[in-house]
This record gives sequence, C-alpha cells and structure tokens, in this order.
Amino acid sequence: MSQIFRRSTNTFTRATIFGAVFMLGLTVWAIDRLSRSDYVTRATQAREQPVPFSHAHHVGGLGVDCQYCHTSVEISSYANIPPTKTCMNCHSQIWSTSPTLEPVRASYRTNQSIRWTKVNDLPDFVYFNHSIHVNKGVGCESCHGRVDRMPLTYQVNSLQMEWCLNCHRNPEKYVRPREFITTMGYQPAGDQEEIGRKLVAEYKIQNARTLTSCSTCHR
Amino acid sequence: MRTKLTLGGLALSLAVLSACRQDMHDQPKYVPLRPSDFFADGRSARPIAEGTVARGHLNDDKLFYTGKGADGRPSQEFPMPVTKALLLRGEQRYNIYCTPCHDRTGNGNGMIVRRGYRRPPTYHSDRLRQQPNGYLYDVITNGFGAMPDYAAQVQPADRWAIVAYIRALQLSQQASINDVPPEARNQLGGAK
Repeated sequence: MSQIFRRSTNTFTRATIFGAVFMLGLTVWAIDRLSRSDYVTRATQAREQPVPFSHAHHVGGLGVDCQYCHTSVEISSYANIPPTKTCMNCHSQIWSTSPTLEPVRASYRTNQSIRWTKVNDLPDFVYFNHSIHVNKGVGCESCHGRVDRMPLTYQVNSLQMEWCLNCHRNPEKYVRPREFITTMGYQPAGDQEEIGRKLVAEYKIQNARTLTSCSTCHR
Repeated sequence: MRTKLTLGGLALSLAVLSACRQDMHDQPKYVPLRPSDFFADGRSARPIAEGTVARGHLNDDKLFYTGKGADGRPSQEFPMPVTKALLLRGEQRYNIYCTPCHDRTGNGNGMIVRRGYRRPPTYHSDRLRQQPNGYLYDVITNGFGAMPDYAAQVQPADRWAIVAYIRALQLSQQASINDVPPEARNQLGGAK
C-alpha cells in the first residue's frame, strides 16, 4: 500500500501550523492597530459644519480668547457652544452681508439654533467635567491641540480611555499654571515635571490611585 | 488550509467589528446642548417657566444686579469691597471680553475695531471718568450704542470686577510718578 502523503507534506504541515500562529498574531495586531487608528477614533478628520467656522482666524488671527465664546468652561461640566447672539456681537457689523454667514443671520432672525457638528464627542458613559480640569491646570491645548491653527475644527487626540489615563496617572507631566489655561503654544518656564509636581501639590490634584478609580469618570 | 485561516481571520475581524454597537456610547438621554426631536424648537434645554425663581436666584440685591442705587440712578458704590483679587479677576475678564474692541489700554482700538466695527469711545475722556461705577456696570449688562450686551457672557460679580479694572485703567492713564509707591518705581524702567 502506497503512502497517501508525500514526504514533503511534513514540512508543509509544520509551515502551516507555524503560519496559523503567525496569521492569528497578525489578525490580533491588525485589530489592535485599527481600533486605535485615526480612522476609528476620527482624530485629525475635520468635520463638516453648517458654517465653516475657523478657529485659526478667530483665535490665531484675531486673538480672541477661548472663553469669549466658551463661557462656562470654568464653572460647568461643558465649555458651551456659543449662542448665535455671540456670533452677532461682531458679525452684526463685520462681514454682515457675507453669503457664508447667512445661516448665522438666519438663525438670529428665526430664533432657530444652528446645528453644529460635535467634534470632540465622548461616550455617554463618561462623566467628563471641563471645570475641574481647567481649574486644576489642564490647558485647553492639552486635549484640544493647537486650535489656533485649525481652519476647520478637528479632534487631535484619540479620546480613548488609555489616552485619558496618560494624564490621570501622571498629571505632573501635563498641568500648567492656571493663568496659562487658554494659552496656545504654551512653553513651561523650566522643567515641566518639576513645575508640574509643584502645581499638583498647589492645586491639590488627587493621587493617581484616586484619579484612576473607575468611579472618577464612570458612575 | 492557509486560505481557510485567512478567511477565518477576516470573518473573525468582521464579527468583532460588526458586534460594535454604540448603544452605551449614544444613550437616549439629554446632555447639555444636545438637540431634541421632541420639542418643537429642536432644543433639549427648556426655557424656565414664567415666574420661577431657582433657589438662591431671587436676585433682589438691586445694587449688585442692576448697578442702580435706591434712588434708581447709577450708583457710585461697589456692592463688594474692591480688593487686589477683584482687580486681578477684572483684568483677566476685561482681557477676555472687552479687549476685542476696547483694546488692552481702553483707548478703543481693539482688533475687531481695526477690522471695521464701529469704534467705541476711549475710557480716558472726562465724560467716562466722571460716570459712576453703576453706569459702567449697566453698559456691560445692557449694552450701549453699537456695543451689544454682555449679560449672558459675563456674570454679575465679574461685571463688577471689570468695572473696578476699568477704573484702574483710567487711573493708569492719569497717573504721575508720585502715585507709584517709592519701592515699586524701579519696576517702571526709568519712566517718569
């Protein structure tokens, strides 16, 4: 009776068993990369808006402070998207006939809100609060990036939990003095870790154990 | 075999991805500024029913909330002590909300004015130096001329802080070297 398999089948089998492990590893790796990619987190992708509002122009060009529009960032969980009235503070006289701004004027006339597209959208099971971050020395820029260089607003960071935890584990690497909260392009006056450790003590930022407790962000 | 594994891997990743439902991410609840399909105006934030007073918001302190004294005229009085902390807060708020038009010195040549907005009067005129504090508070609260009101953007306590800082700005443009304490004069870089 002749052999069913040829001798070379041994090598082939060994290769495929090894190959299976390799393929499985590759699949796991691919899923991991994909789930962290900008494609999935939507980072770096500018969102379409009803009016092509440019932070680069208003913040970078004109020097308007973040809080001129985002008024509740110090005192509330949300920074606030300004009502149309805030746009009209200036645009009642400036670019007041521009077709691009017609949706703004229409909103002011009809009292219908402009439906802006949310750019930095956290999952609903995260109880994020702007005021605590701003008051403890986390600058706008630390999460939102160089907004003053964004012609159309996009999300800079992944907003995934591992990204939050970077700072919750080591706040001293990121915090800055409160007077520089809205500063874009902040450079620490000295060694960030050294300044950071002082600020963590001064602002009574809690220890990493508390900051990384589940119920700090999820309730 | 290899093809089967590849297919299996692909099927697995598809299964993993398609299992990603977003129900917990996008819960059927209102968070601030989220639109609503239920209310006719499309907003989830509802106007306060007429006559409602939230706890602690009776706002019956006339001087603090309107800048007017008992006689109904703009008051010269501050409803709070004017401290260094108040002035520093005022400086910060002034630089955020007022400088776009009034500029950092109060001369009224801010960036928005340079872009074509009607130029506001300088703070350093006799007329505005002599207006009572309550008048400045009232202008922030209700607007004046081309200036829109800032009632929604600046809270009452901050409006008073800004008034105090405007007073400091006005003093700064009328000051002589004798107004500066001797120990602080070396910070002026030799100015007289």
